[in-house]
Amino acid sequence: MSTDFGDFSQGLTGKGGDKELQEFLMVEKQKAQFNAQIHEFNDFCWEKCVEKASNKLDSKTETCLTNCVDRFIDVSLLITNRFAQLLQKSGGM
Amino acid sequence: MDGVSGLSGAQKDELMDQVKQQIAVANAQELLTKMTEKCFKKCISKPGTSLDSSEQKCVAMCMDRYMDSWNLVSKAYSLRIQREQTNM
Repeated sequence: MSTDFGDFSQGLTGKGGDKELQEFLMVEKQKAQFNAQIHEFNDFCWEKCVEKASNKLDSKTETCLTNCVDRFIDVSLLITNRFAQLLQKSGGM
Repeated sequence: MDGVSGLSGAQKDELMDQVKQQIAVANAQELLTKMTEKCFKKCISKPGTSLDSSEQKCVAMCMDRYMDSWNLVSKAYSLRIQREQTNM
């Protein structure tokens, strides 16, 4: 899903911009980004955790899905931090 | 005409409703696309001349489970965001 209001909301911040609309679009943009993230998480956590579609998600699968989201965020934070450190060390930035 | 600033209150409400609706449609379409892809993969191992009843049952079940999973992931993600915000 590509919901990019970047240009649109920028256009609004200029002269004659409408505060209410600006705020509305910011909130909606955040909600859309949140939703897009869930779609992405669910996509690969489903692949990782769900073996067979049965009558119910068993508790093992549920735990796996929840852990999958948290560990992915952990990895993302870890890599971001380490990458920043590497950049600093190499004096690149 | 200076863009959206000239909108009346009612026009603004209508615009906001439209934006909301379009986002909801896009969201549903995304879910539909993903569900179709995932459940096809899970349930149809060898595409035959028709969808047999066991495949249909599997797809129906897979759909329900995919939505369960979506809700679970959504909950886990919101909880994590909350946790990160209190830790900041």
